Amino acid sequence: MSMIRKISRRRFLELTGLSASGMVLMGSLPGSALAGVLDMQQGAMLNLFVSVKADGLVEIIAHRSEMGTGIRTSLPQVVADEMEADWSRVKVIQGLANADYGSQNTDGSRSVRDFYHIMRQMGAAARVSLEQAAANRWAANIGDVAASNHQIIHRDGRRLDFGELAAEAARLPMPDMATLRLKSPADFRYIGKDIPIVDLQDMCTGNTTYGIDVRIPGMLFASIERTPVLQGKVRSFDRAAALKMPGVVDVIKIEGKPLPSGFNPLEGVAVLATDSYSAMQARAKLNINWERGVHATHNSGAYLDELAARVSAGPGKVARERGDTEAALGKARKIVEATYVTPYLAHAPMEPPVATAHIHDGICEIWACTQTPQATQKTVAATLGMEDKSVKVHVTLLGGGFGRKSKPDFSVEAALLARDTGRPVQVTWTREDDIRHDYFHSCSAQYYKGGLDDNDKLIAWLAREATPPISSTFKAGANMQDDGSLSMSFGSIPFAVANLRVESHEADAHVRIGWLRSVFNIPYVFGIGSFMDELAHAAGKDPRDFWLETIGPDRELDFADEGFEFSNYGRSLADFPYDTGRLKGVITQLTDTLPWGRTLPAGQGWGLCAARSFLSYVAVATRVEVKDGRLRVMEMHCMMDAGTVVNPDRVHAQMEGAMIFGLSLALMGEIDFKEGEAVQSNFHDYPVARLNQVPHVVKTHIVSSDALASGVGEPGVPPVAPSIANAIFAATGQRIREFPFNKYFSI
Amino acid sequence: MKITVNGKEQELDIAPDLPLLWVLRDHLQLTGTKYGCGKGLCGACTVHLDGAPVRSCQTPASAAAGGLVLTIEGLSSDASHPVQVAWQEHNVPQCGYCQSGQIMSAVALLERTPSPSDAEIDSAMAGNICRCGTYTRVRLAIRQAGAQAGESQA
Ligand code: FES
Ligand code: FES
Repeated sequence: MSMIRKISRRRFLELTGLSASGMVLMGSLPGSALAGVLDMQQGAMLNLFVSVKADGLVEIIAHRSEMGTGIRTSLPQVVADEMEADWSRVKVIQGLANADYGSQNTDGSRSVRDFYHIMRQMGAAARVSLEQAAANRWAANIGDVAASNHQIIHRDGRRLDFGELAAEAARLPMPDMATLRLKSPADFRYIGKDIPIVDLQDMCTGNTTYGIDVRIPGMLFASIERTPVLQGKVRSFDRAAALKMPGVVDVIKIEGKPLPSGFNPLEGVAVLATDSYSAMQARAKLNINWERGVHATHNSGAYLDELAARVSAGPGKVARERGDTEAALGKARKIVEATYVTPYLAHAPMEPPVATAHIHDGICEIWACTQTPQATQKTVAATLGMEDKSVKVHVTLLGGGFGRKSKPDFSVEAALLARDTGRPVQVTWTREDDIRHDYFHSCSAQYYKGGLDDNDKLIAWLAREATPPISSTFKAGANMQDDGSLSMSFGSIPFAVANLRVESHEADAHVRIGWLRSVFNIPYVFGIGSFMDELAHAAGKDPRDFWLETIGPDRELDFADEGFEFSNYGRSLADFPYDTGRLKGVITQLTDTLPWGRTLPAGQGWGLCAARSFLSYVAVATRVEVKDGRLRVMEMHCMMDAGTVVNPDRVHAQMEGAMIFGLSLALMGEIDFKEGEAVQSNFHDYPVARLNQVPHVVKTHIVSSDALASGVGEPGVPPVAPSIANAIFAATGQRIREFPFNKYFSI
Repeated sequence: MKITVNGKEQELDIAPDLPLLWVLRDHLQLTGTKYGCGKGLCGACTVHLDGAPVRSCQTPASAAAGGLVLTIEGLSSDASHPVQVAWQEHNVPQCGYCQSGQIMSAVALLERTPSPSDAEIDSAMAGNICRCGTYTRVRLAIRQAGAQAGESQA
């Protein structure tokens, strides 16, 4: 197992940014990250993730990015538990980009699901090394010693602190991973407990280092005017006027690349100054003349109309088929049809993209709020023509990510400017840059047709979609969703319906498409969850009962014989079956906590939706009031079954955040394009939910489960928007089939 | 120009229209105060000027000249301010980025209104966006800090 092989001391220092050159620079970083990194030098390494200092301080590597999920705490919490470390004597150290850690790509809600077991092994391996060192010291049998709360204790009562054994333990060969004994869950000290995040106090005092807080001596601050239309080119600009502005040191053109966009910077002109504000202000003087290119014809309103017409007009490419849908629709007693459209969305993390680059001594150092240090390393190395190992990527805290900071284009910009100026450069995106030049969440149109039989049971399900795909960002001209993307709910509907067909239409991309928290589950679960509600009402059934009846018997789904390659979020169905019993479970357990089915005052209604995404099962119920054209979301309730949970408080926090993220996009989320340019630019025209707009009741529940840990960061989001739309229907009889709802109601 | 920040008088050679946000971040290296929008829309940059909460991105340095500025770094060095304590007890932060601004707005609210009503909390905090959605806990923490302040005065 390469992950845990012994590595040399020097190599370890490189991995954590402590090799000679790195150390000097880290010395200029403010905040707590620094203290931890410098302390590390005295620790004895037990494995790639764990070292112990002579005074007993245990240092644990966080190799995933902290963007608000608490992962810098949760995974080290697992290591500490398995090694029997005392959490108050643990320090978390952020690791640099390095393939030895395994994937550091912090998205897809997979940090815990992919690393829970590995972190347990790391902790257990460290514990066994310490136990063996103690056994050797005492000339005892390893079976007679055991770790407990930072000590190794002999049966006869002798005991040694971890710190006293660290150096010896570090010299031992790695324990045999095959026979490694993991703790029994009954003995867990920290796993399953609400451990406060390690950054909590610093976040409350401002003693933190986000990407935007990095300060390197002599660095320049850059702000870049980018092409307003995808693939636009700079014809000319006024360098002299910008250079005359106070504080401005340099003006540099950044050359765009041909499609696909990939992680390449957009074409633009950078202003470099001695402070951020001067650089931002001087952009106004550039007076750039743009060659706008072919995408300048893109108008999103008309384009969505076109996609909606396409999906309702006729058949597309079949992605999944069961039975004979046409025949069943012909026989059905009731037919229900509906078309849903969802707009482009921007991520708008509170901290915009920011990266700092410094090229010196044959290496390039990057400090960035990145979700993907390894992709940053590779892309910067390729751009500069350097070897991967010559690019050191330091991961700061991220002021939110939501998928935006998975794309390292902003680090590449910083690297190019550092190369061209020979100085450290920080590139800060303004909020306007962030919203106008995002890797946008894609727009989508979906058409559904369902048939009910004489007993008002669902007998046919036809679904068609057209969505500019993410693959267009990596393959020029790609214009159709593949099974992987359709696996985000559209193709993987869990209903026990005898006849179903799922189809896709072409949809050309005219902007950079990216992934945003829960990705295509946002449009698809909105369509599916709303249409289920429409069917329930047509059937004259309570929506909750209709969901349970239509999901059908408890079973594990297999899609292979229906021609659909279900990606299951990259994991096997053997490990993570699609279990309809768990999906029904979140619905019944949630509605059991509510006065579901009871009559409400006029103008109020409950709405429900459930979905499986990122291998977790989530149900959301929302109560709204619509009065005098004003929509008020009164309460939101969420039940999540994410299998084994490491830090319940942080899971609750993710669910609370997901409710509000979902509320934002449903009520007010929309990016429009006019003549190829994003219309919105800041929080006045791309609003996100504010405190006074969120309900006073946001209740979250975690299903207690010992199933394998599944995703947490994203799966709370998809059911929110349809639950609100369904509640609006219950309250008013008005069916809303598009975002944002503020087109219909004041909020 | 002279500005007193967190009790320390600073002599600054800067343009009078440079927003206080960038004075703090780029000239005084006080990076606890955050940029979120630059337009007075998000509250990430909230600091106190002569005791009142202001959006530092909309406050020219000249407006702070001769004044007393309090930033998150000056609230306490050990997170012991009652609002910071309540924030930690409720584990409010997710990514943490907006939290300096949230805390500075909450402190200002509670200084004026020690036991705010729900409506007062809503209106005082509506200017502080949290994209992570920590609002439910922001409300809880403010209520707790308010209740404690009430008790200690009684
Ligand atoms: S940065 Fe000042 S209000 Fe947003
Ligand atoms: S905690 Fe992330 S923006 Fe508020």
